[in-house]
Amino acid sequence: MRERVLKIRKLTSTTILTITGLCALWGIFWLFFIIFDLIRHGIASINLSFFLEVPTPPGEPGGGLKHAFIGHLLITLGAISLGIPLGILAGTFLAEYGRNYRLSNVISFLADTMVSVPAILIGAFVYAIMVKPLGHFSGWAGSVALAIIMFPVVIRSTEHMLKLVPWTMREAAFALGAPYYKVILQVLYPAIKTGLLTGALLAIAREIGEAAPLLFTSFNNNFLSYNMNGPMASLTVTIFVYAMGPYDYWHTQAWAAAFVIALTILVLNFIARIILKGGKH
Amino acid sequence: MDLGLGISKKWDYFVDKFFLFLTFLGAILVPLSLIGILIVFLKEASLAIQKFGFVSFIFSSEWDPVFEKFGGAVPLTGTIIVAFIALILGVPIALGIAIFVSEVCPNFLKEVIRLAVDLLAAIPSIIYGLWGLFTLAPIHARYIEPFLQKVFTPIPLLGKLFEGTPLGIDLFTAGIVLSIMVIPFTASIAIESFYLVPRVLKESAYGMGATKWEVIKDVMFPYCRIGIFGGIGLSLGRALGETMAVAFVLGNINNFPTSLLTPTTTVTVKLANEFTEADKDIHLSALFYLALLLYIMSLFIIASSKYLIMRVRGK
Repeated sequence: MRERVLKIRKLTSTTILTITGLCALWGIFWLFFIIFDLIRHGIASINLSFFLEVPTPPGEPGGGLKHAFIGHLLITLGAISLGIPLGILAGTFLAEYGRNYRLSNVISFLADTMVSVPAILIGAFVYAIMVKPLGHFSGWAGSVALAIIMFPVVIRSTEHMLKLVPWTMREAAFALGAPYYKVILQVLYPAIKTGLLTGALLAIAREIGEAAPLLFTSFNNNFLSYNMNGPMASLTVTIFVYAMGPYDYWHTQAWAAAFVIALTILVLNFIARIILKGGKH
Repeated sequence: MDLGLGISKKWDYFVDKFFLFLTFLGAILVPLSLIGILIVFLKEASLAIQKFGFVSFIFSSEWDPVFEKFGGAVPLTGTIIVAFIALILGVPIALGIAIFVSEVCPNFLKEVIRLAVDLLAAIPSIIYGLWGLFTLAPIHARYIEPFLQKVFTPIPLLGKLFEGTPLGIDLFTAGIVLSIMVIPFTASIAIESFYLVPRVLKESAYGMGATKWEVIKDVMFPYCRIGIFGGIGLSLGRALGETMAVAFVLGNINNFPTSLLTPTTTVTVKLANEFTEADKDIHLSALFYLALLLYIMSLFIIASSKYLIMRVRGK
């Protein structure tokens, strides 16, 4: 009797543990399925004119997404120049000047929460505060929306990195009579520069694939535009529009754009990992 | 020298205070923007709130831009059902992965699987959506859904779930895509909490003759339940607010779903599709009303799960 119970217990354990292995396989299966599909469809339609030409009139196959590449780049640069400095400043307050206040803990928690706010709501928010009062969609509005998404990510990584710096390092600088801002700018920031860079790269990797916040802010544009005050095309919104559109060549171009975005994110993550590993030695 | 030092000290003092002010300004932007979003949504939605009220808005399923009648019942139910399906399918898988990584698999596989989980999280939602539309939906329509219909139709209650024409653009496809997307959130937090279980606790259970599964079920799960709840909450938050992945494969039809194979809509899909086309103030205001409800809902869920996770990490 006891032997049988033991056998059943062992069998249950082995069965369930095997199932957990299948779970892992399930996750990896989908990952490979998606990546495989992305490469298969993406590579097929990537050529030089995809990067260098503007779209043909709807219905005429050919052309490229130069307008979306330029737009995406400009919107992202705008977002980076807004979101990253602000995030670093805020993270500095939480880890340094404000480290003893309860308020800092609250803000740090709120920043953590803000990371997960649905991206489309950020888009709706920026629509209400920028697009509606100004009366038109604009690349800047897109930048602001993306900056709001990056901002809490950068705060968290900056705060985390600063808290890893041993307190004695600050004390050594204080003992030489350095004021706090000099300690931060000349001792702490250099000490965590690889961490800051990694954090920035990961924040960019996070926002570069966002489409939802751009739908109502930078909107879309079928023409090449360098004007950040007007509606602007982006790769992600173009993917949405093209995929939902009726033409086959639109679909292949959407795949190609998705491939480029995924590759960019992969490279950014990869570089961030390498920098982080290099910094640890 | 003395004078110079004095001036530079004063200068340092001012610069220091100025820098303090700058960093404080950055930090205070966090609560300001969270509250700002709430206020802006309230203001933009005020027209719809006045016209439709709260109870009649969330229980009315009418969405008629021509006659200016708006109710949020369909998108709100859609949001909750899609998220529910995603969690039912995604959370057990995620927990399975976490158990496999922390207890079962050999060391060299651990890194590989964790990398795979990270990559699943790094893929942007628009790519999930594109892939769902062009790859998964046709497969579902052609093979999976007819198969499920064949299997489940004879069964009384379950058969109802799979009624309808298998088109691939439906709750089922959206649920599957979302379930893949939410895996990393629960999995990574669960892996992290499993590692926090003290060795002694597990060893003593093994010492009493418990099998591996019994240790996981009776020692590790109870010990990690707060963290796991937190992880599931994060997955839920993601599922509620996900837009692009669902927008491709759910259709945007303002009807209650009658089975898993019917298209419907969610708050996010409605926003994505109608926001820029709303030419009447009341239409836009109703959309902002939906955004407001989603914001409150997800903020509450995210904040409570982050709180749980924070408690686990602080322990």
